[in-house]
Amino acid sequence: MATDTRSPVARVRGLGSAKEGVQHWWVQRLTALALVPLSIWFAAGVVALAGASHAEAAAWIGHPLNATLMILTLGLTFHHGQLGVQVIVEDYVHAEGAKLALLILVKLLALALAVAGALAVLRLMIGSAA
Amino acid sequence: MSSEPAASGGLRPRPLSPHLQIYRRQLTSVLSILHRASGIALSAGALLLVWWLIAAAAGPESYATFSAATGSILGRVLLFGWTLSFFYHLANGIRHLWWDTGRGLDLPSVYRSGYAVLGFTVVASLAAWILGYWMRGA
Repeated sequence: MATDTRSPVARVRGLGSAKEGVQHWWVQRLTALALVPLSIWFAAGVVALAGASHAEAAAWIGHPLNATLMILTLGLTFHHGQLGVQVIVEDYVHAEGAKLALLILVKLLALALAVAGALAVLRLMIGSAA
Repeated sequence: MSSEPAASGGLRPRPLSPHLQIYRRQLTSVLSILHRASGIALSAGALLLVWWLIAAAAGPESYATFSAATGSILGRVLLFGWTLSFFYHLANGIRHLWWDTGRGLDLPSVYRSGYAVLGFTVVASLAAWILGYWMRGA
């Protein structure tokens, strides 16, 4: 009989019902916490830009401080959002194939949208500096 | 146990819980499902955010299309729905983070924070729209 040199905790880690530890829960909380001040900034910015012209909106988004905060908001929003939608899919979709397909779709879509939004912000920032 | 499924030719239908038709809703359960619903709404709303940024980057013509869509009656109704979802999810999210520290979990506190979240949602949403219209008029 071969001797297993791993500790008991190493052998059971990741084998619980969720097949993972607290990573998902923790990242959801961290992104939530970071989004609290960013959300307030975002709401204030959008209210100030209600009905604004293209030039006003483009200048506001392209300002380096706003551009930085907007890219952070995009990344955190889509990361937080896909974590939440993942749990909803896992709760309600029970067919293994459909569940996996939906989860992959949600995660790739979130990444693509965050990148597309960030590129638009960068274009406004670099364009306005030139 | 006295019940013998084999004698009756199969399993007795077991009661399901909760009975959604007769289930008496409470503030706690309604706010709980609203957090999920508002999260889904905001995930869809994030598409609008990306559209806004891309329209602004693409130029005045694209931005005019975006402004016409969001400025229409349907656009404004959707935007107001997203405003409610936004402030609700923000406030209730902070409530969840507070609970995560182990505080405010007794029933009176849960109800108090629940009503506070609802009040904040309505007041903040109305304030945001009144401010938005006021700034546009000024």
